[in-house]
Amino acid sequence: MTASDISDVVQAQSPFREAIRAFRQSWAGMLGLILLIIVVLFTYVGPFLYPVDPFEIVWAPLTAPGQTEVAPLGTDYLGRDMLAGLIHGGSATLFVGLAAGFITVTIGILVGAFAGFYRGAVDEALMRVTEFFQVLPALLFAMVLVTLFTPTIYVVSFAIGIVSWPTTARLTRAEFFRIRSLEYVNAARSVGAKNSRIMWRVILPNALAPLIVSATLTIGIAILFEAGLSFLGLGDPNVFSWGLMIGAGREYILDAWWSVTFPGFMIFLTVLSFSLVGDGLNDAFNPKLRER
Amino acid sequence: MNMVMMVARRLLHAFLLILAVLVLNFFLIHAAPGDPADVIAGEMGGATEEMMADIRKTYGLDKPIYVQLGVYLGRALQGDLGQSFFYNAPVLDLVLGRAGATILLVTTALLFAIFVGTSLGVLASHKPKGIVSGLVTLVSVIGYSAPIFWTGLMLVILFAWVYPIFPISNMFDITKDTGFFGYILDVMHHLVLPSLTLGIVYLAQYARLTRASMLEILSSDYIRTARAKGVAETKVYGHHALRNAVLPVVTIAGLQFGSIISGAVLVETVFSWPGLGTLAFDSILARDYPTVLGILFFSSVLVILANLVTDFVYRLVDPRIRTGG
Repeated sequence: MTASDISDVVQAQSPFREAIRAFRQSWAGMLGLILLIIVVLFTYVGPFLYPVDPFEIVWAPLTAPGQTEVAPLGTDYLGRDMLAGLIHGGSATLFVGLAAGFITVTIGILVGAFAGFYRGAVDEALMRVTEFFQVLPALLFAMVLVTLFTPTIYVVSFAIGIVSWPTTARLTRAEFFRIRSLEYVNAARSVGAKNSRIMWRVILPNALAPLIVSATLTIGIAILFEAGLSFLGLGDPNVFSWGLMIGAGREYILDAWWSVTFPGFMIFLTVLSFSLVGDGLNDAFNPKLRER
Repeated sequence: MNMVMMVARRLLHAFLLILAVLVLNFFLIHAAPGDPADVIAGEMGGATEEMMADIRKTYGLDKPIYVQLGVYLGRALQGDLGQSFFYNAPVLDLVLGRAGATILLVTTALLFAIFVGTSLGVLASHKPKGIVSGLVTLVSVIGYSAPIFWTGLMLVILFAWVYPIFPISNMFDITKDTGFFGYILDVMHHLVLPSLTLGIVYLAQYARLTRASMLEILSSDYIRTARAKGVAETKVYGHHALRNAVLPVVTIAGLQFGSIISGAVLVETVFSWPGLGTLAFDSILARDYPTVLGILFFSSVLVILANLVTDFVYRLVDPRIRTGG
C-alpha cells in the first residue's frame, strides 16, 4: 500500500462539509429546498413580473379561474385579482413565520440554556414556567393576546412567539444537560472560562444541530399559526397575506372554491418546504439515524 | 414514595397550575390598553355608567392591585368567571353549556387517531418499506404541513359537491324529529367530518411513532426469545410488542391535548360545531372579553386534567414506573 492509497481511503472532511454532503443525499431535504426556492422566487421576484395591486378591484366579484385574462386565477368576493393576491401575499406570511420563529427560538434557547446549565433551583423555576405555558392552549392564548392588543403584523408575530417557545426550551435544556458534563466542557472550566463563556461559546455551538432542525420546523408551525389566526379574522387587516385571503374567502367557500383553495395551497407548499428541509437537516446532522 | 403521596402531590401541582392560569387572566385584563372595567364590560358600548360603577365596585378596581387580584381569585375559585354582557349570562354557564360538544369532538378525534394511528403503525412496521409505510409517510407529511382549517374546507367542498353523504355543518339536524336514538345517530353522522379533520393530523404522527418504536422493539432480545419459544406471530405483535410500542403514543397524546383543543377551535369554526371554539370566535368578534378569558381558563383546566389522567394511565400501562415519584 503506497502513501497515495492511504490518502484516498482516509479523506477527512469537516463536519460542516459532511453535513452538506449528507443533506444533498437526502431526497426530502433537496425536494424541500427546491420548493422553498420556488416559493421565495414567487414571492420576491413575482411582484416585479406581475405588478398588479392585490387590493385593487379588477373584475366582477367571484369570477372563476380561466374566465377572464385580467384575472387568470379568478377574483375574490370584492373582485380583486387572486393571482396578484397570491404573489403579493407571500412576503407578509413569510415575515410572520420568520419573525415569530426568531422570537420562539430566542426565548426557548435562553430559558432552556439557563435551566440546563445551572440546574437546581433555577431549572426548577424555569421548568415550572415552561410547564405553565404548555398548559395554555396555544391558539386560544394567541387569540386572546391579539384581541386585547391591536392586531398588527408585529403583535401577531409576538403572540405566536410567546405561545410557541416551550418546545425549543425543553430541547435546549436536554442538550445543555447532556453536554455540560462532557470532557471538553470540564476542560474549558479548568482553564478558567467563565460560566457565560462556557454557556454560549462552548455548549451552545455543540447543541446547535438539533436546534437548527427544530428552528426550521418552528418557522413552519408559526406560518400555520398565522394562517389560523387570519382565518379567524385576527390577522393584520392592513397587510395583504395568504391568511388574509383565506379569512376573506371563508364565507364564500361554497360559491367560490378557489378563494380559499389557492392561498391555502400556497401555505401548505411553504410549510411543506420548511418541514422537508427540516427532515433533510435532521438526516444531515444525525448520521446514525440515516439507515432507518 | 407511596401511591397516596404521589396522587396528593399531583393534585396539589394541578391546583397551583389552575391558580397560575387565573393570575395570568387577571394580568391580561390589566395589561390591555384602556380601563380594566371596559375590558370586563367587554367594550360593548352598551354598558351604562351604573353598570361600570357596579363592575368597579364588584372587582374593587379602586383598591390596590393586590387586593384586586385577591378579589378576582376569590370569585373565580367560587366558580364566578364574570358576566358576559354580550350573551347576558354568567360566563361559567356559557362555557359549561358549550364544553360538552368540544369534549365530544376532541375525544372522538383523539381516540380515532390513536386506534387507527397505532394500527397503521403496526401494519407499517410489518413491512418497513411497504405500501402502508409509504402511505403513512405521505399522510403525515400532509397532516403536518396543511393548515387544519384548509383540510376541513377541502373536505367541505368534497362532501358538499362531489359526494354529499356527510353533513358539513352544525351538530344535529333540527328539522328531524326521530327520538333519542335517532338523535344520537344524527350527532354521530355530523361528527364524522369534524373529527376526521381534527384526527388526521395526529393519526399520522401516532402512526409514525408506533412504526418507529415497533421497529425498535421487534429487534429486541425478548421478542426474539418469544419467537424462539414458538409464540404465534399475531401474539408477538399484539401482546408482546404493541404493549410497549403504545407507551410513547400515550405520552404524546396526553401532552398534545392543548394543541388538539387549539385545532378544535379552527375545526369548529369550519363546521359550525357548537362548542367552545365557535363560542370563542363569536365572543372575540363581539369583544366579549370575560367570555374569551373564561374559555382560555376552562380549556387550560381541561388540559391540566388531561395531563393528570395521562399520568395515571401511563402508570397503569407501564408497571415499571408505578412506584417512582
